[in-house]
Amino acid sequence: MTGVNEFKLPDVGEGLTEADIVAWRVKEGDTVAINDVIVEIETAKSIVELPSPYAGEVLALLVAEGQTVEVGTPIIRIGEKGAVAPGPVQPATPEPAVADARGTEVIDTNIPPTGNATLVGYGPRQRALKRRTRKGDAEPVVEVRAPASLETSAAPAPPAAPGAARALAKPLVRRLARDLGIDLTALVPTGPKGTVSKDDVLAAAGGPMVEVRGAQATSLETSGERETREPIKGVRKQMANAMVASAYTAPHVTEWITIDATATVELVARLKDRREFQGIKVSPLLVVARACVLALRRTPLVNSTWDEAAQEVVIKHYVNLGIAAATPRGLVVPNVKDAHALSLVDLARELEALTATAREGRTQPAEMAGGTFSITNVGVFGIDGGTPIINPGESAILCLGAIKPQPWVVGDQVVPRQVMTLALSFDHRHVDGATGSQFLADVAGIVSDPATALLF
Amino acid sequence: MIEPALADPVFGPAPEQTADDPELVQLLTPEGERVHHPAFDLDFSPDQLRGFYRDMTLVRRVDIEATALQRHGELGLWAQLLGQEAAQIGAGRALRPQDFVFPTYREHGVAWCRGVDPVRLLSLFRGVDQGSWDPAEHNFGLYTIVIGAQTLHATGYAMGVQRDGAVGTGDPERDTAVVAHFGDGASSQGDVNEAFVFAASYNAPVVFFCQNNQWAISEPFERQSRIPLYRRAHGFGFPGIRVDGNDVLATYSVMQTALQRARDGQGPTFVEAYTYRMGAHTTTDDPTRYRLSDDVENWKLKDPIARVEVYLRRNGMADDNFVAEVAAEADALGERMRRECHALPDPDPRDIFTLVHSEQTAELAAQQATFDAHVASFDGEEVPV
Repeated sequence: MTGVNEFKLPDVGEGLTEADIVAWRVKEGDTVAINDVIVEIETAKSIVELPSPYAGEVLALLVAEGQTVEVGTPIIRIGEKGAVAPGPVQPATPEPAVADARGTEVIDTNIPPTGNATLVGYGPRQRALKRRTRKGDAEPVVEVRAPASLETSAAPAPPAAPGAARALAKPLVRRLARDLGIDLTALVPTGPKGTVSKDDVLAAAGGPMVEVRGAQATSLETSGERETREPIKGVRKQMANAMVASAYTAPHVTEWITIDATATVELVARLKDRREFQGIKVSPLLVVARACVLALRRTPLVNSTWDEAAQEVVIKHYVNLGIAAATPRGLVVPNVKDAHALSLVDLARELEALTATAREGRTQPAEMAGGTFSITNVGVFGIDGGTPIINPGESAILCLGAIKPQPWVVGDQVVPRQVMTLALSFDHRHVDGATGSQFLADVAGIVSDPATALLF
Repeated sequence: MIEPALADPVFGPAPEQTADDPELVQLLTPEGERVHHPAFDLDFSPDQLRGFYRDMTLVRRVDIEATALQRHGELGLWAQLLGQEAAQIGAGRALRPQDFVFPTYREHGVAWCRGVDPVRLLSLFRGVDQGSWDPAEHNFGLYTIVIGAQTLHATGYAMGVQRDGAVGTGDPERDTAVVAHFGDGASSQGDVNEAFVFAASYNAPVVFFCQNNQWAISEPFERQSRIPLYRRAHGFGFPGIRVDGNDVLATYSVMQTALQRARDGQGPTFVEAYTYRMGAHTTTDDPTRYRLSDDVENWKLKDPIARVEVYLRRNGMADDNFVAEVAAEADALGERMRRECHALPDPDPRDIFTLVHSEQTAELAAQQATFDAHVASFDGEEVPV
C-alpha cells in the first residue's frame, strides 16, 4: 500500500457533469487532515467547498484554478509525506489508478479493497465500477501517464483493438480528430466501452493532456500588457451557447423604425407625479414594455415558440416578458411572468424588482426560464439601435435605442422632438414580414401616441 | 412583494405579525442564563443536562460528517440539520418508548434519540436502500421526502392508537402519543392542513412539531404565513405554542407537556420550535444566493450547543475534561461513519420482490423466478438493472 490517493471531482449536486475550479485552499507540500477544506468549486448550481477525504501531504494539484473539469476527474493527489515526488507528470503508482479507471474485468476478479490503508480506504473506487459508467472515468489515465507516447499508452489498454473498421467516438471527438487530421481508427481507445476519448485524440495530436493544460495555465499566467486571457465559463459561456444556438437555428430578420417618442416622454413625466407610482421607477422602457404586451394581442405569432421536435409552432396565450440585463457576471435575460395580466403599476414594480435582482447578480434560473418575448434596451448606453439576437425559445426581440432630441418634420416645419429607434428581430421560419411589420408598427404607434393603446 | 395587512374599519385590527413574539417559551437564554417560565419550568439534573450537550454535539458531528461525505462524492445528497440540534434533541428526548414518530428527511437528531444508527441514514442518502431501519423496532417511521405527507400518516396512526384504547388509561407504560414532524414550508401544504382538521375533529393523540427554520428552501418564512405559525392551531381548534427551538430545555419541557396531553386523551397540540437552518436546504442548495449573511451571523449568536456548554461550565457541571471526552467521542463517531459508509453494500436488485408487498402473489413469484434466472445468466458479472 503506497498511501497515495487521488480525489476525483465528485458530483456535489444531483446530476452535475462538470465544475470550475475557483480557488485552491492548499498547495503542494501542505499537510491536510480529513475534512480540511482543500478547494472551492463552482458548479452550475452553486459555489461549494470540498473537504479532503484523505489525510496526508498534498503531493500534487492536478488541475489549475479557472479550469472546468468533468466529474470523475482526479483533481488532487494526497499521500504520506514524501511518498511520491509531487508533480503532475509523475507516473504515480499506476496499479490502483489504472485498475480503477480501466474496466470491470480487473476489479471483478476480487482484488481486495484498499480499505486496510492507514486511512479509510477508497470504497467508491471498487464500487464505482458497478455503477453507471461515468464520462470522465477513463480520461485521467492519460493525464497520469503524461509523457506517454502512443506506444506506451497501448500497454495497459483495454481489449478494444486498434484499426477496427470503424472507431467508436462521440461526434465532438470525431470533429476534433478531423480538425486535427487524426485518424481515429489508428488510436488506442481509452474511453468508456472502448470509445476514443477527446484526450486520446489530443494525445495523438501532440502530447498528453497535461501538457496542453500546462500550456493553457502558462498563457493564463502570462496575460500581460499586450493581451489578457479570460476563461470562457459561467454566465459568459451560457450567453455564448444561447446566442450561437439562436443565431444558427433561427433565421433572423431585423426591421427598424424611427419614431417621435415625445408623447411617451411626456407620459412618463406625468406618471411620475401620480400617487400610484410614488417610489417606483417609471421610464420609457415601461411604456414600451406595455406597448409590446398590448401589440402581441393583435400578432400573437410573435409570442410563440418553434417546437422543432414536435414540428409545431406553439402560440402562447400569456406573455413572460424578458428584459436583457447587463450584470457584473454578464448578460442575463430574466422575465416578468404573466406580464399580460399586470396593470401598468404592477408591471413597473416587477420590472424594477427584476432589474435590481439582476444587477445584484442574484437572478435565479427560474426567473430566466420560460420567457416568451424579450426586450433589450441599448438606449441606456446611449446607442441609437442594433440588430438583437432572439433569446432561444422565443420568436422575437425588440431593441430600444436611446431617446434623443432630434430634428423632426411636423407639418411643414422642422422642430426638435424626442426621437428614438425601435428595432425588431424575428424568427423568419414562422413569423413573416407582414406579421413582424404589423407588430413593430403597433408598438411604434403606441409609443408615438400612447392614446392609441385604447385600440388594443 | 409582501405588503403588510392593514387594519380594516369594519373587520377590525390587522393580525399580529411580529416574529419576535413575547410568547416564545425559553428556559435558557442564548447567553446561557437559566430563566424561568410559569407553565413550563422543570428541574433538570446535571446528568440530564450533560446528556443534552452530548446528544447535540454528537448529532452535529453526524451532520457535519455526512455533509463532508457528500462532498467526498460518497452520498448523493444530504439534508443538513445544522442549527436545529436543540429542537430535535429536545423533542426526541421527551418521548417515551411507546410513542411513535413520523419524521421528515431532516430528523437526524430525533433518529439518534430513537436509537437509529446514523449509518442507516447514510445508506438512504447514498442511494443503496430506501431507508433500512425497522420503524416498528424504533417507533420511528421512515424518512418522508414528500413535503408534509407524514402529518396525515401520523394523524391516522394516532387515530389508530385511540382505537387500540392506548390513550387516557392512566398507565404510563401504555398511553401513547404520536409526533408529526414538519417544517415552516410544509405548513402551507394541503396535507398538513387536512391533518390538522382530522386531528382536531377526532381529538387524536398527536403533537404537530413544526421546526420553523425560517426557510422553505429559498422561500422566506414571511411568504408562508402572515401570523406566527403556532396561532394557526387556534383556528383549527387546538392549542398552539411557540418555543425557542434553539433552547433544548424549553423544547424538551414544552414537548413533554404536549406529549402528556396527547397520552392523557386531551387531543392534539401544535408546537412551533422557532429556530434557524444554519446550513443549506440540502447539499444541492446554495443559500448565499437568496439570504443575507447578516441573518446567519445573528443566529450564530443563538447557537443551541454553546449556551448549554456555558451553563454547564458556569455551574460547575462540566469541565474541560468532559468537553474533551465528548469531542473525542464525536471524532470516533465521525471516523466510524466514514468507514462504515464506504463499506455499505450495494443493494440486491431482487429486494424489490421481497420488500414491496407484505405477501407475494403467484404472479410476482413467477416474475421473481424469471428475474432470478436472468440474473443467474450473468454468471457473476455485473447485472445491468
